[in-house]
Amino acid sequence: MGDFWAIYILWLRDLKRYWYDKARIFASLGQPLLFLFVLGTAFTPSFRGPAGINFSEFIFPGIISMTVLFTSIFSAVSIVWDREFGFLKEVLVAPISRWSIVVGKALGGSTVAVLQGCILLSLAPLIGVKLSLIIIIKSILAMFLIAFAMSAMGIVIAARMKEMEGFQMVVNFVIMPIFFLSGALFPLDHLPEWLSILTRADPLTYGVDLLRGVLIGVQNFPLLNNVIIIAGFALVMLAIAVFEFNLTD
Amino acid sequence: MIKVQNLTKKFGSLVAVKEVSFEVKPGEVFGFLGPNGAGKSTTINILCTILRPTSGTAWVSCCDVLKEPHRVRREIGIIFQDPSLDDRLTAEDNLRFHGYLYHMSEKQVKERIPEVLDLVELYDRRGEFVRKYSGGMKRRLEIARGLMHQPKLLFLDEPTLGLDPQTRAHIWDYVMKMRAETNLTIFMTTHYMQEAEICDRIAIIDNGRIVDLDTPANLKSKHNEKTLEEVFLKITGREIRQQAGESSWVQWMRRP
Repeated sequence: MGDFWAIYILWLRDLKRYWYDKARIFASLGQPLLFLFVLGTAFTPSFRGPAGINFSEFIFPGIISMTVLFTSIFSAVSIVWDREFGFLKEVLVAPISRWSIVVGKALGGSTVAVLQGCILLSLAPLIGVKLSLIIIIKSILAMFLIAFAMSAMGIVIAARMKEMEGFQMVVNFVIMPIFFLSGALFPLDHLPEWLSILTRADPLTYGVDLLRGVLIGVQNFPLLNNVIIIAGFALVMLAIAVFEFNLTD
Repeated sequence: MIKVQNLTKKFGSLVAVKEVSFEVKPGEVFGFLGPNGAGKSTTINILCTILRPTSGTAWVSCCDVLKEPHRVRREIGIIFQDPSLDDRLTAEDNLRFHGYLYHMSEKQVKERIPEVLDLVELYDRRGEFVRKYSGGMKRRLEIARGLMHQPKLLFLDEPTLGLDPQTRAHIWDYVMKMRAETNLTIFMTTHYMQEAEICDRIAIIDNGRIVDLDTPANLKSKHNEKTLEEVFLKITGREIRQQAGESSWVQWMRRP
């Protein structure tokens, strides 16, 4: 029971920090909006998508996934700040289990990422993507799944990171490859063999595919396949994160 | 309240604490004094269950720190040497966060927040972000937070470091007020010898060993000195100590 409330308060902390920092909410919308409207509009004439889908519509789920990916990882990596500024000590000496710290943090990061994803989702009519209540609910579930997996991965990274200087490396060698190989910006069919293999090794590929299926009805893999792979990846990451936090005991 | 037997902690080849044994009685104010790098923080971190000893045992509030760290954690409050607040949240948020981590209900949290904030005279500024606070205010908030869940035992690791004399005096006033009201046991470290005068008993630790343990009055008469400062210098020498770069806690926090 105590662990449940610990998860709740860790989750609430992330939400409060998000809510208090409204400038960041707007600032982090800049990049996805550029992708969506500038890149989307620029490539639309030369893009031949499946079932008459134009490029803006095609990348819309990909750009939402990108925002979810970045927001999740940034939230999780704030653990490194917490360690540097000492706040992590307050959490580590509390009478709560290590797994509840990891779960609370992962849920907090995911919720913030889903909220950020929802802001972009609300632009769907501008892009020409039709929304219904069912589609919104399914999208939120898909975003949450992606967010939870990526937050858990972020915590694994943060547990290993000594200081924030290493973060640029993480961006260049983890986040950017995950984003670029996920098929967020291009269709996965007709790729050369080597690229096809790499995209299939990327967990986010299945998240983007899931969200694309929900939002514009185009997908490369079966729905269940996507869900199982992301959920499985999330659980493995969560287990590693709990293990790493337990090392400190 | 605390019983420590043959406690030893090694960090690689460095022996931070060597076979330390002592006891602290309920309601006592126990001072732990020593030069930098003497092993004070290491001992506190073991008693707070965040570091494992290499050998030896420690009971805190009737539980073994190795066997039942969770029960120990519920009963102790800690004011760390370094700041540990979330400065992106308000003072009230920080206290609520703490309350929930220590299994308090929302009702208890609501009742307790004004009490502890009144004690440290920060109630009027409860809604402000902690990053807007001065150093002294942050420290007072940390004291309030440490007392939030009504611990039986309070650890104060150099609580007045870097504060002006007024704030220092206030901080000890709050702590002594709490002690008078609740029979709180206090385990403290400090570098200010005047502050150590309020202790019931003092252990002087140097190079990981306890070199003397007695009441302030006995220490002074035994070593034939007028002040604790002189006793301290007499026992531990006048040489400046090299601290091994970072405190053991920081090294532990930076583990790969």
